[in-house]
Amino acid sequence: MDFLRAASLDDALATKAQRPDIAPIAGGTDLMVAINFDHIRPSGLLDLTSVPELADWSESGGVIRIGAGVPYARIISELGEHLPGLAMASRTVASPQIRNRGTVGGNLATASPSGDAHPALLACAAEVELASVRGTRRLPVAEFFTGVKRSAAEPDELITAVHLARATGPQQFAKVGTRNAMVISVCAFSVALHPDRAEVGTGLGSAAPTPRRAVEAEEFLAGELTSRGMWTDPRPLPETVVTRFGELVAAAAAPIDDVRGTASYRRHALGVLARRTVGWTWDEYSTGRQTCA
Amino acid sequence: MSAHVNAPSRAPQDLSESITGGVGESPSRPDGNLKVRGDYAYSSDLWAEDMLWGATLRSPHPYARIAGIDVGQALAYPGVYAVLTHEDVPGDNRYGLKIVDQPVLAEDVVRFRGEAVALVAADHPETARRAVELIAVDYEVLDPVTDPKRAAHDGTLPKLHPESGRENNLVRYQPVVRGRQDVSADVVVSGTYTLGMQDQAFLGPESGLAIPAEDGGVELYLSTQDLHSDRKQTARALGLPPDKVRLTMSGVGGAFGGREDLSIQAHVCMLAMHTGKPVKMMYDREESFYGHVHRHPAEMYFEHGATREGKLVYLKARMYFDGGAYASKTPVVVGNATTLGTGPYEVPNVDIAGWGVYTNNPPCGAMRGLGAVQPAFAYEAQMDKLASALDMDPVELRQRNAVDQGSVLHTGQKLDYPAPVGELIERARNLPMPPERDPAAEPDIRDLPGGAANTTHGEDVARGVGYAAIIKNVSYAEGADDYSTARVSLQAVGGEAVAMVHTAAAEVGQGLVTVQQQIARTELGVERVNIHPNDTSVGDSGSSSASRQTYITGGAVKTACEAVRETLFERATARLGHAVPDLTIVDGKLVSDSHGVLADVVDILGDEVIECTREYHHRPTYPLDPETGQSELVHVQHAFSVHRAVVDVDTQLGLVKVVALDCVQDVGKSVNPDAIVGQIQGGAVQGMGLAVMEEIQVSDGLIRNPSFTDYLIPTILDTPPMKVDIIERGDPHAPYGVRGVGEPPTISAGPAVLAAIRAATGLDLTHAPAGPEHITGTAH
Repeated sequence: MDFLRAASLDDALATKAQRPDIAPIAGGTDLMVAINFDHIRPSGLLDLTSVPELADWSESGGVIRIGAGVPYARIISELGEHLPGLAMASRTVASPQIRNRGTVGGNLATASPSGDAHPALLACAAEVELASVRGTRRLPVAEFFTGVKRSAAEPDELITAVHLARATGPQQFAKVGTRNAMVISVCAFSVALHPDRAEVGTGLGSAAPTPRRAVEAEEFLAGELTSRGMWTDPRPLPETVVTRFGELVAAAAAPIDDVRGTASYRRHALGVLARRTVGWTWDEYSTGRQTCA
Repeated sequence: MSAHVNAPSRAPQDLSESITGGVGESPSRPDGNLKVRGDYAYSSDLWAEDMLWGATLRSPHPYARIAGIDVGQALAYPGVYAVLTHEDVPGDNRYGLKIVDQPVLAEDVVRFRGEAVALVAADHPETARRAVELIAVDYEVLDPVTDPKRAAHDGTLPKLHPESGRENNLVRYQPVVRGRQDVSADVVVSGTYTLGMQDQAFLGPESGLAIPAEDGGVELYLSTQDLHSDRKQTARALGLPPDKVRLTMSGVGGAFGGREDLSIQAHVCMLAMHTGKPVKMMYDREESFYGHVHRHPAEMYFEHGATREGKLVYLKARMYFDGGAYASKTPVVVGNATTLGTGPYEVPNVDIAGWGVYTNNPPCGAMRGLGAVQPAFAYEAQMDKLASALDMDPVELRQRNAVDQGSVLHTGQKLDYPAPVGELIERARNLPMPPERDPAAEPDIRDLPGGAANTTHGEDVARGVGYAAIIKNVSYAEGADDYSTARVSLQAVGGEAVAMVHTAAAEVGQGLVTVQQQIARTELGVERVNIHPNDTSVGDSGSSSASRQTYITGGAVKTACEAVRETLFERATARLGHAVPDLTIVDGKLVSDSHGVLADVVDILGDEVIECTREYHHRPTYPLDPETGQSELVHVQHAFSVHRAVVDVDTQLGLVKVVALDCVQDVGKSVNPDAIVGQIQGGAVQGMGLAVMEEIQVSDGLIRNPSFTDYLIPTILDTPPMKVDIIERGDPHAPYGVRGVGEPPTISAGPAVLAAIRAATGLDLTHAPAGPEHITGTAH
């Protein structure tokens, strides 16, 4: 197995074009596990940690571009205010050591239904930036996931960044695991209020073959808030609305029974998480006061 | 210390660093700093020049007939030095701890998924693994036996070990009956309780290095719990006399019972002897799940009758233990479970029966608290259920029935040593409680169930408190001649008297190294005590299991030290020309009350070395009557602990945060108080893990979660503050009055946590671990 280190993005893209079967590596938190378990044996590793174009985040016109090599630890410490949902999700990743190495870019590359960042990216309508020697394109994250651990990235493409609009309203992320740290999600849910466009975003993790949105729940809640005039005149969210939102989120899930949990538990827990998180976001929106997290 | 010519670098572990402190003090472990710094050499770090790597082909089927094995392609693979099958086992192709029933390499049948079928040695670990994949095995797949109850009773199932001569797939059936069998009671409660399969989850995988010796034997460096048991079984497989198989302990990364059976031992020696080269084997985590035994899962029916005043009248219990494909410690599990099944309570009328069976599930054997952990979940759940039926405080109910010194257990054994269970319960109740959660205050989510995963901000969080009191036997039982051997020497080195203690007793993290040094310092009155590396050049010490080493090997070190001291006194008498009464050694000087300081120990020693080797045997125990389970003294000692757990449960999501897990334990005599606190806290976390998350999920004989990604053990964020209250009620039969410490907290912690979750939720929760699905009723 070769080990190649790219010094620049051009260098990395040229290598990926020549050797599409090579595995890019940043934090290696998924990849090295797969290699250690002998699940995959790529012909080589392409180390991206020295590529300057991937190493930072920047903001332009209210949109934040997070380079694929930015570790979770920096998202938590530097972007908590701009991207609270993604920061909360980042905080649930593994342990401090792994958050220092692991990246959202890597999370996307694995494209696991249980990737912690994905629900928050979905709720924020993030876009994935993909690059190759052929050029650069941006894809809505909901279109990026195509199957269990499969994505729309072409063999010669590298994930170079994600783009997210700076939060205009409260966001929440919650994840159920069987222990209080270092755990793959049994299920996860993220919700974001977008008052600038009177929309609601959601994201479900470990709930279907791919991370997915609960579109009906989003439209239901946004519709209720709009029809009741609550975006501009926030009042307590009616219990019926919260309940219905939870039901629609649970209904959007297509979970399976597996070693981490039953489908029945996942559907139940997603409903609970949806009700609670929407309550917290609305509480914050209507009072201006952030709770916990 | 004898250096082997071919000794690998970084082994054996250098633990010769002397410590300070005698019995009752708390010297720190000599390996502690090394481990924290990451400098400690484990057996997985073993290395020899020019060594080969071994790998194991394992059965993918729980039950299959082997029609043929073709090793041709594997043998032709570049870099491969050997491919061995059962035909290459030089000696007897059978091993086993209690019953010799397991092939070193499978012959015509495989009985569990993961059974070793063939071995490869190659010049690189990856090459060895690739070659393993090239071995072609022709399997005829059979329907596996997976239901332990049917395995016990259903004669239509295939017999997995027809040679056993026992009925159906029984490994052991043991009843224990006492008192009347036709009694009734005012109040009766019953329940069926189940326990999942727990893994020892030691962090250091199975590993070792074998080096062929010039005399036709083999040197094996490894991590194990019992060097001599390994040697006996390995020598038998290799067809060598035991003295040709020399074992040296290397750094052990945890054990908890999982290193009592053979894993790499015979395999790596076969490869080394076949190739004439040093060979190293090291399992990865997934292979480790297949390569060692686990805790027996159990199904237990318990029925208690009591008077309206809360005095127990009778207990009826039926327990099934799934031993998996080979016997391992199944007979001991059945013996412990049936003899300890009443818990630490007096029950006048008892009818207990236990079945241990063969199935095609993963083999189960020793794990911390074996055979005592399972019934504790049942009898403690029953005590709470009974208290509820009687409308009585569960702590009060336990106290009313607690055993004490003089109590007669259902085996007929009279407790002729302190058994302060009532006192332990009382002290547990009186420990300060953690502060209540203030619902008005802004919570820190890290303190709530789910923690930083942000699942609740206090919604639906309920608190519960639960107690558990337990009983465990210490040391080998049922008539086993349990002993240990110690060789102690004393000599003058650089003008200072230096003692050396040499035993084969395994330091597996429990703190035996300091215990041995503390005892020698106390008995010999010298500052410097070195510990010789563990190896088989000294006599048997038995296994580091059953909470026995401080008692048994401690007893051997004490006895050997006394012999060394006696010899020194004789020499002093000869030197002084007259006998002196009441001689002692203080700070390296011979002292008598009547004559004061008489001489320096170094002067008496001169150039000579005093060396004594002694065995320590505990008082004899006796087997159980096979029909009635009666025995004059089945266990040499019992140990008791009480846990109180406080939990917060998110009742909607079924997530649990253990808030406090406090323990009261009688240790007889604290040899190293700090180490005891460590043992109790570590044991409690392991028990808590079994209550809330640890389960090897097996379906159709296959392990579904053979990784630390999906077999979850508690992290530090799951670990609550743990107060430990130690009391010392010495056992007059034991050296210094010690009582085994290591296992009881593992047994009491789990049932206490489960009781607290029941108290918080009002649910029955009859399965351990109780996961989110059980608490939310979404298991199916």
